[in-house]
Amino acid sequence: MTAQAPERPTSAGRDATAVRVGPVSGRIRGRQVAVPLIAAAAVVLVGAISLGRGDYPIGLADVLRTLVGQGEARQQLIILDLRAPRVVVGLLVGLALGLAGALFQTFARNALASPDVLGITQGASAGGVAAIVLSGTSSTGSVLGGVGIPLAALAGALVTGALLFGLTWRAGIDGHRLVLVGIALWAVAAALTDWLLTRADIHDAATAYVWITGSLNARTWNHAAPLALSLLVLVPAALAASRVLGVLQFGDDTARGLGVRLATAQAVVVLVAVGLTATAVAAAGPVAFVALVVPQIAVRLAASSRPPLLTSGLLGAALVLTADLLTRTVLPQALPVGILTAAVGAPYLLWLLVRGRRRSTL
Amino acid sequence: MTTHLVPSRPASAGRVRLAAERLELAYDEHVVVDDLSLELPEGSFTAIVGPNGCGKSTLLRALGRLLRPTSGQVLLDGRAISRTPTREVARVLGLLPQTPIAPEGLTVSDLVARGRHPHQTWLQQWSRGDEAAVAEALARTGMTQLAHRPVDQLSGGQRQRAWISMALAQGTDLLLLDEPTTYLDLSHQIDVLELVAQLHAEHGRTVVIVMHDLNLAARYAQRLVAMKDGVLVASGPPAEVLTERLMADVFDLEARVVPDPVAGTPMVVPVRRLHPVHLPGEG
Repeated sequence: MTAQAPERPTSAGRDATAVRVGPVSGRIRGRQVAVPLIAAAAVVLVGAISLGRGDYPIGLADVLRTLVGQGEARQQLIILDLRAPRVVVGLLVGLALGLAGALFQTFARNALASPDVLGITQGASAGGVAAIVLSGTSSTGSVLGGVGIPLAALAGALVTGALLFGLTWRAGIDGHRLVLVGIALWAVAAALTDWLLTRADIHDAATAYVWITGSLNARTWNHAAPLALSLLVLVPAALAASRVLGVLQFGDDTARGLGVRLATAQAVVVLVAVGLTATAVAAAGPVAFVALVVPQIAVRLAASSRPPLLTSGLLGAALVLTADLLTRTVLPQALPVGILTAAVGAPYLLWLLVRGRRRSTL
Repeated sequence: MTTHLVPSRPASAGRVRLAAERLELAYDEHVVVDDLSLELPEGSFTAIVGPNGCGKSTLLRALGRLLRPTSGQVLLDGRAISRTPTREVARVLGLLPQTPIAPEGLTVSDLVARGRHPHQTWLQQWSRGDEAAVAEALARTGMTQLAHRPVDQLSGGQRQRAWISMALAQGTDLLLLDEPTTYLDLSHQIDVLELVAQLHAEHGRTVVIVMHDLNLAARYAQRLVAMKDGVLVASGPPAEVLTERLMADVFDLEARVVPDPVAGTPMVVPVRRLHPVHLPGEG
C-alpha cells in the first residue's frame, strides 16, 4: 500500500466515522479533527507566550490567570490594554488570510490562486502607500491622509477585488481566467505602488515600506474592533460555503449537475474571500505569503483533497502569531511580522513537499 | 430533410420524461443546434449518435440544463427545466459530463459520496440514507473493493465506473451520460455499456447516452437519435434508423449494414468515404 502512496497523503485507509445526533449528521475523520484542535492549541499557547513577552516579562501562568480575570491590576493593564490588541490583531489577520487563501485556492482549483497573487493585497498596498505618501501634498492626498491608512488600504483592496470580480465574471467565474486577471491587476497595483514610492520623500518612503511589509507594531483596540466585527460576519459565511466548495472543485458541469446554483455560489465565495483579505490587510498591512502557503500546509496535514477551511484559518493565526513572537524575541531588532511569515511558512511548505515525495519513492 | 420515424413502442409505453421543444442552442453567436424537437419516454434507453461536431454533446448538455437554450425549451416531466430549481432537478436527473474533473487525492468513496449533495443540507451531511445509497452505488458498479483508492490512480475503465457510481448515488431515475466509453478499449467499453444496460433494466431508469460506436449503440440502445450539423435527422429503433442511406447522408460513408451476428441488431461495415477530404499534395 505504501508503495503506491501518492505525493499528497489521501484519506485512504482512514475510514470516516459517521456522526448522527437527531436531525444533524456528518462524517468525521481523525485527522480532520486532530489537526484543527492542535492548531487551536498552538494559537492559544503562542498567543499566551506572546502576551508575556516584552519589556516587562510576565510568566505563562500569570498570563493565563489574567486572561480569565484573576490577575493583578498591573498585569491586567499591561496584558489586556497594551499587549492584547497586538496579539488579537495578529490572530484575526492570520485567521482571515488563511481562510481567504483556502477559499480562493479551492474555488480556482489552483494552488497559486491566493490574494497575494491575485493582486488584492497589492491593491491594499497601493491604497495604504497612497495615504502615506500623498497626505499633505495635494488635495486628493489630504483626503486620503484624512481617512487614514487602514481605510485607504481597505479601499485599495476592495477596488482591486471589485475589478477582479467584474473582469473575470462571464455568467460565472472561470478559475484560470481569475488567476490571469488577478496577475494583471497585481502588476498594475505593483506599478502604482512603485510609482508612489519613487515620488515619496525619504521619511514617507521608510514608513510606507514598513507598512507594506505588514506589521503588528502599535496595534490598539481601535484596529482590533472593526476587524473582529467584520470577521463575525465573514467567517460564518466562509464556513457555510464549505459544503458547496466541496462540489465546486469537481468542475462546473458536475457541480451544476449536482444541483449547485453555480453563479450564486461562485459570487458568494469570491466576495467573502475578497472581504476577508481586505479587512485583514486594512488592520495589519499586506502580511505576505500567509494566504498562499497556509492552505497548502493545511491540506497536507489534514490529508484531505482540498484545503480545509477552519484548519487553514487556525494555522494562519498560528503562523502570524509565531512570526510576530519571533520578530520580537529571537531577532536582534524588531522587524515587521510580514518578513517572517514568508521566512517561516515557505521552508515549512518545502519540507512537507520534499517529505511527501520521498515517501512515495520508498 | 428531417424524417421523424414512428417510435417502436406504442405511445402508452410511457409518459414523456424529458422533451426538447424547438431547441436552438448556441455558444456565443455560433448556432450549434437548430430547431430540434425530441421526446424521451419513461424507461427508454436512447443513444445520440452523429459525426464529430454535429451538436450531440451540446444537445445532451441542454437536456441536462447545463446549457440554456437561445430559444425553445426543455421539459422535465412536463415542466420547463429552466424554471425548476436546479436542486430539485438534481434529485431526478443525474448526469455524467464528458471530461469530469476529480481533485487530486480524492478517494472513490468520497467521490461517490458527493453524489448525495442534492439530498443533503448543511446540518444533515451524512444520513443513514446517504450511507446506504453510497454503499449500494459502489456495490452496483463493482467499486466496493476500490473504495479507498484515490480516483487519480485508477485505470480509465475503473475511473469511468467510479463516476457512474457517483451518478448512481445521486439516486435519480434519469441518467444522461456524455461519451462514457470514448477513451476506453473495447472490453472496457462493453463493461461500461453492460453496466448501463443493467441500470436501465433494473429500475426502468430512463437513459440517454452520447456515443460514437454505432454498432455498440445499436446493440445496447432501444432508440437511436441521429444528428448532423445540429439537426435531428432520424430517430427511432436502431433497425429503422441505422440504414445504408443514413450512413451516406449523415456520415458521408458508403457502408453495408448487416445484422449483427450476435445480437441481430444492425451492424455497419464501412466501405469508403463518399466525398474524401483532399489532403494537401493530393491531385
